[in-house]
Formats: sequence, structure tokens, C-alpha cells
Amino acid sequence: MQIGRVVGTVVSTHKHKTFEGATLLLVQPLHIDDTPRGAAVLAVDGVGAGVDEKVLIVLEGRAAGETLGKKGAPVDAAIIGIIDTVTVRE
Amino acid sequence: MQLARVIGDVVVSRKDESLEGITLLIVQPLTPDRQPVGRPLVVVDPLGAGVGEEVFFVRGKEASFPFHPMQPPVDAGIVGIIDHWDLG
Repeated sequence: MQIGRVVGTVVSTHKHKTFEGATLLLVQPLHIDDTPRGAAVLAVDGVGAGVDEKVLIVLEGRAAGETLGKKGAPVDAAIIGIIDTVTVRE
Repeated sequence: MQLARVIGDVVVSRKDESLEGITLLIVQPLTPDRQPVGRPLVVVDPLGAGVGEEVFFVRGKEASFPFHPMQPPVDAGIVGIIDHWDLG
């Protein structure tokens, strides 16, 4: 899993049917020190995250599909949790 | 699977319900001579590893297999705590 920050919302009317009812958010992956890493991704939101929240994301197809609860969903990224704290001790 | 060292943890209160009770740790992948390689990532921990321990982890949906019959939506997880390794 990766750490990211929600930077926006996405509205799409014409989409694959398995996306119906799903929320799509724009998430910027972060390094462990909170600096941005790579391109922002569109992720299905399984937990009700909001803009500016720090979140835990999966970047793998079948795992991301689990959050929609539908078989064969064509997704590759999902938000699975809202992060309270990240502690690095080494 | 890859070698890694546990370097921290992540606390997540609001989460997918199938993640309830599952520990999330941060690991730094290692080369066989214990140098950091690549960037740290968040993994699930079904074994009870601690910070500073050397572990091996798997990427992909397979990371959810230790939690069977639950199927948490995870893509990386610790599958072993390493006692030691030796290079020939």
C-alpha cells in the first residue's frame, strides 16, 4: 500500500457499469516525508475520504476491485483507509 | 517476495471494514547486503513483526491470503520474519 493525499474529486457520467455509485477521487501519492511522488491517480473511495485527507491506497487491480464489491470491476487503485498517524522510528 | 526491514507503523481508524484488527507497518526493502533499495511501503502484518525486525513480504492480492476467509483489499503484506540469511 502507499500513502497519498486526496487532492480532488472526479465526476464522470459515462463510465463502466461497475463504477455506478462509486466515488472517484484524485489522489497524489506521497513519499514518507509527505513530498509528492509521481503522477496523481484516480482511486475508488471505499471509506468516505475528503479533499486534503491523508489516505492509504492500494495500487493493484484485484485488491482495488474488492472495495467495490463487484466482480470484474476495471479498476487499479482504491482508497482503503484514512490515516491518523504515520510513525517512522528508524 | 523481497527482503525488508520494518521501520514504522501507520494508524488508520476509518477504513475498509475487512481491515478491522489488521496491523499496518512501514517496511524498507533491502538488498541482500542490507542496504535500503527502492522506497518504503505500507504492508499488512499477520505475524506480529516489530520495528527493526527483518522480514520478507509479498506483493499483490496474495498479501490477503493469510487472512482467509477474510479478503481485505491489500496489495502488500509480510509473510515471514527472518531469523537470519547468509550469502554464499
